[in-house]
Amino acid sequence: MIIQWFKSGNPWIWLTASAVSVSLILVFGLLLLIAARGLGHFWPATIWEYDYKNPDNSVTRLVGEVHDEETVGAQRLREAGLAVDGDADVTRYLLKTGNRDVLGQDFRWVLEPAIQEARTPETLMTVERREWGNLYGYLNAVQEDRQTVAEGRNAWESLQQRLQRATALFAQIRALEKGKIGSINYGLERLRLRERGLELENNTDPAERESIKQARAALNADYAGLQQRLTDLYKAINRDQMTVTVSTGETVTVPLAKVVHAYRPNAMSLPEKLGFYVAKVWEFVSDEPREANTEGGIFPAIFGTVMMVIIMSIMVVPFGVVAAVYLREYAKQGPLTQLIRIAVNNLAGVPSIVYGVFGLGFFVYFLGGNLDQLFFPEALPTPTFGTPGLMWASLTLALLTVPVVIVATEEGLSRIPKSVREGSLALGATKAETLWRTVLPMASPAIMTGLILAIARAAGEVAPLMLVGVVKLAPSLPLDGNAPFLHLDRKFMHLGFHIYDVGFQSPNVEAARPLVYATALLLVLVIVALNLAAIAIRNHLREKYRALEN
Amino acid sequence: MTDTKQMPNTSVDGNTPTHAIDIEVLSRGRNARQMADETPCLQVQGLNLFYGKKQALYDVDMVIPKQRVTAYIGPSGCGKSTLLRCINRMNDLVDGVQIDGRILLDEQNIYDKSVNVADLRRRVGMVFQKPNPFPKSIYENVAYGLRLQGIKDRRTMDEVVENALKSAALWDEVKDRLHDSAFGLSGGQQQRLVIARAIAIEPEVLLLDEPASALDPISTLKIEELIYELKNKYTIVIVTHNMQQAARVSDYTAFMYMGKLIEYGDTNTLFTNPHQKQTEDYITGRYG
Repeated sequence: MIIQWFKSGNPWIWLTASAVSVSLILVFGLLLLIAARGLGHFWPATIWEYDYKNPDNSVTRLVGEVHDEETVGAQRLREAGLAVDGDADVTRYLLKTGNRDVLGQDFRWVLEPAIQEARTPETLMTVERREWGNLYGYLNAVQEDRQTVAEGRNAWESLQQRLQRATALFAQIRALEKGKIGSINYGLERLRLRERGLELENNTDPAERESIKQARAALNADYAGLQQRLTDLYKAINRDQMTVTVSTGETVTVPLAKVVHAYRPNAMSLPEKLGFYVAKVWEFVSDEPREANTEGGIFPAIFGTVMMVIIMSIMVVPFGVVAAVYLREYAKQGPLTQLIRIAVNNLAGVPSIVYGVFGLGFFVYFLGGNLDQLFFPEALPTPTFGTPGLMWASLTLALLTVPVVIVATEEGLSRIPKSVREGSLALGATKAETLWRTVLPMASPAIMTGLILAIARAAGEVAPLMLVGVVKLAPSLPLDGNAPFLHLDRKFMHLGFHIYDVGFQSPNVEAARPLVYATALLLVLVIVALNLAAIAIRNHLREKYRALEN
Repeated sequence: MTDTKQMPNTSVDGNTPTHAIDIEVLSRGRNARQMADETPCLQVQGLNLFYGKKQALYDVDMVIPKQRVTAYIGPSGCGKSTLLRCINRMNDLVDGVQIDGRILLDEQNIYDKSVNVADLRRRVGMVFQKPNPFPKSIYENVAYGLRLQGIKDRRTMDEVVENALKSAALWDEVKDRLHDSAFGLSGGQQQRLVIARAIAIEPEVLLLDEPASALDPISTLKIEELIYELKNKYTIVIVTHNMQQAARVSDYTAFMYMGKLIEYGDTNTLFTNPHQKQTEDYITGRYG
């Protein structure tokens, strides 16, 4: 009976099917975990106010969000020096108390039995600041030029209005600093380099000098005007401030210029919370990071990742395709080609950090250093390309992924039917014309498959990037409004490295942990999006160059 | 499925191999020809071909007359396709092939070092056993050879494409969908498209390598009628497995066996009164 069942092949079907199920469950479980951990972070959490009994029986007031909870054995707590009654397990909460400037720490554990009373007052307020993290407390008063303008019930309305104004002003200041002043600084730097270049050439042409001088004067005049405007804006934004009573009873003064959001989560209805949530998620995706990457958004990292993958694709496809065409179409097939093919395949298995070291040694120091000597001597000793940057990172990853493209393209070339090649040759086409007009277009879906695999590998790679161009915080994006617009020499941010940095290098690991999950989720989404784009192109090509079926 | 043209009264048995030859078909509208009266187009002289160590053609000598249809018949593996592919040097693509002897096209040896193979293939077009259109539109398939020659003028191109499709008797079926994919055509239409593609560049010689063997009877008939039309302009060499077909379309027939040219002569004589025993055995179906 059992033997017959085995013979029928059914066990194999079950075995294979369950292997597939397990893999699917693992993948979806992983994504679900990341999503749940990461996305919960943006939900406006309830603020609790506890009357908390300290070990010495005094009672303090604690205010904060419950960040985590766990059950610990009473014995363990006793060993840690805490007074606990009985032997039952105790629940303890990790309370995010915020107010780092007042309390000196963001988090503390509270034992559930020691909480005498827990309240959720509607007037409790979360203030997200640009510095010092969150602040929790009661709004006291709103001040304009240090004069109280609103107190008590009116204060909240007034705060929201003034906060809107401050946010708008802040955006203006940002735009001015990053945009116009940024490009003036860029222009001044270019002028300095030009001057230095003239010096190096021993060029003492007075007309040249004069034009530089004039250009510099014009830029400086522009700068003075903008500086004045900036000063005015700063004055305007620093007008308002608020006073907040925190859990210890102290009153803290917070300038509105330093506030990102102020909200009362305990008073919010569900639709309000949803709206707030969406806005926060958008901010995370579209904004720049703050506070050593532990707050704010990760837009520069997304941008850097996508940019690097695109540049890598532009470099890897022509190179891989040309190599594959030679190997498959022109090279004499023999032991040597076979050996090269094996070598190419093995190249794909070299640990990525090795590529990073190679990139640093060859691209950055050797190639970049020589490029600097040849083309940018005026900037020396400051390196231009002789330092890790976007171009070298893309090139290193292109090198890392080129075997994949070669293998996939060769596969595609070998699948083009002989009859189509002969048809083209019989019409008087040369081999090169046949390749260019018929064979390569027909192999393009396979080339795209290679590119998809290359993207999948490159987008998630972190280790080599740390050596050849990724930084924790890049002051400017590699693409901006200053000619030549695309700055391949700049360092950039990357989602993968961002995860590592936020998760392990940040000063406030506990607070940043949800961001690690959220960033990981985003990295997965970015890779999925890049792949989907490539797959869409491939399917389109496949449809167009569908092989002969009859 | 646009092959709806009415079937004429001729018997076309593209699918069922018949060995007995119908004399009536043979004598249809054709006068006996004399090789001596013809203008030579191609001259094969002492051609030997080796695939590595294996010899595939032995000392083939033959003269292919201008603007006539010459058919190669013979059992599978007898070398008739190989001989055909020598004429436009398609065999050059095969690894380890070695060719001795000469083939003269208008008195010029095509195996001469000075000959540009691409130019040669422009003068000697070829149609293969299975239709092999490019993954492009119908229009682009026909225009392919012209684009290779660097012709860009749209009006010239349109004209040539139209004429080629008309010559290939395909124009009426595809004129409304010139820019659709060529893969949307039926097998027979694809084969005529491939012929149109070949004649668009106006070759002198057209080589047909079993052009109808993958097609249904009606498509086969159309191809045969087309060959009949085309011989007014081109020298045609056709390889076929189907002796009826050879009898119907060709003026001259060459019978090959084991890499050797056994008998070559005008079609009527070869089928009705073969000189060689092997030829007679083959056409009466005793082997092959």
